[in-house]
Amino acid sequence: MRWLRALEAVVLREAIRFLRQTSRLASAVVRPALWLLVFGAGFSNVLGISITPPYQTYVTYDVYMVPGLVGMVLLFQGMQSSLALVFDREAGFLRLLLTAPVPRWFILFAKLLAGTILGVLQAYAFFVVAWLAGVDYPLFGLLTVLPAIVMGGFALASIGLLLTVHVRRMENFAGTMNFVIFPAFFLSTALYPAWKIAESGALWMVWAVRLNPFSAIVEFIRFALYGIFAVPEALVTVGVGLLAFLFAARGYDPQKGVLGRRGRDEG
Amino acid sequence: MILEVEGLTKNYGKLRALDRVSLRVEAGSVTALLGMNGAGKTTLFQLLTGLFVADAGRISVFGHDMRHRPQAALARLGIVFQQPALDLDLTARQNLNFHARLHGMTRAAMRTAVDAALAQFGLADQATKPTRELSGGTRRKVELARALVTSPDLLLLDEPSSGLDTQARHDLTRDVFQATRERGIAVLWATHIVSDIEDADAVVVLARGQVVACGTPASLLASTGSDTLEQAFLALNRKPA
Repeated sequence: MRWLRALEAVVLREAIRFLRQTSRLASAVVRPALWLLVFGAGFSNVLGISITPPYQTYVTYDVYMVPGLVGMVLLFQGMQSSLALVFDREAGFLRLLLTAPVPRWFILFAKLLAGTILGVLQAYAFFVVAWLAGVDYPLFGLLTVLPAIVMGGFALASIGLLLTVHVRRMENFAGTMNFVIFPAFFLSTALYPAWKIAESGALWMVWAVRLNPFSAIVEFIRFALYGIFAVPEALVTVGVGLLAFLFAARGYDPQKGVLGRRGRDEG
Repeated sequence: MILEVEGLTKNYGKLRALDRVSLRVEAGSVTALLGMNGAGKTTLFQLLTGLFVADAGRISVFGHDMRHRPQAALARLGIVFQQPALDLDLTARQNLNFHARLHGMTRAAMRTAVDAALAQFGLADQATKPTRELSGGTRRKVELARALVTSPDLLLLDEPSSGLDTQARHDLTRDVFQATRERGIAVLWATHIVSDIEDADAVVVLARGQVVACGTPASLLASTGSDTLEQAFLALNRKPA
């Protein structure tokens, strides 16, 4: 019961904060919408995608982009939620969370869950924008894509959480976010399929794209949107999420983690 | 004994912040932890609240070892940190509700306890304002009300009056003594401002990471030959540890 109430506390707080931060709310939808409308329009005639799974016919570039942009929404939400944790640390609020009478790993899990829920809501808001913009995707896919969005959101939030163990100041974290978000996004299948890159001859980039866990998350979402459960991508997504969470929980453990050993101005 | 600290040692690299610190807090008593800046008070609080672990020594809260059963110990503590720890985007009531939920209080119990805590500290009419809009003194009151909302048995205060003006400090001190005496809550109050804790039942003086004296205020005056607690405190800090 205590754990459930603690979970409720963390999720409610995140929701209240998110709703009060109107610029964050707006940017969550506007950012991917701009990519879709501007980038998608500019390249739609250049970068049509021929028949390749999960698509059963030639698709326009904006259709291809949608799962990648959903991944982008989750990626930004994951990093924003970690940034909020770093802010909580600097503002002293994290101490309150870490002295709650529930295990620390559970508090961190609650933070991740709250971030994931916000990510899911933003992803669906973007689906609505994409639909209004005339992008064609199967409506039943909105249901089948849910597990992929949840798992992808959790994995990306976990990676962000792991970053907060090692990057502890706001100014450093903001810089680190750029080093995570941009390579993760551009060296993935979010904007172009791996075989298109292979055709261009940039083999190093093909490897980078294939090894990038964000590619697995995007493909997991892409296939799920068409009702196909992509097992390898799902395994990578869940595996990366769990590993990042376990390392982060260990990092925050006062007995084992780096934060507990460092002490002083931490926490 | 509700809090027992034995041989607590904490190092930051080569710096020994706490050196075999031992102290006790009895049920229902107000114990002052006096120490100059850098004496190790905040480090001790970080260990007492389980934020970090000591390199050596043991902390027992109501018989629960802080290293092995921190949750059981934390459930009975109310904490006010030196650095303000309010979510400024939330209202005073939302901050208290958050804390009550974090401690697993049921909705009905939460509502009653939050109303009572807000009323006790004269915050009822400011409960719906974002904490960002409240003065420093009022924010401290909100933190104090929050610490008491879960009906703790031991209240840990780490320099709660730091940064407050004279009037706000006076009000805060009065409120703490009144609220804890009424409810029979024990207090460990870390500060360097002697006037805040003149009514304490016991005093522990920390200097350079070591306990250099402990006892009742009267016994400290007697042992140092001082007329006031402030003189005793200064005298104890002059002595090499």
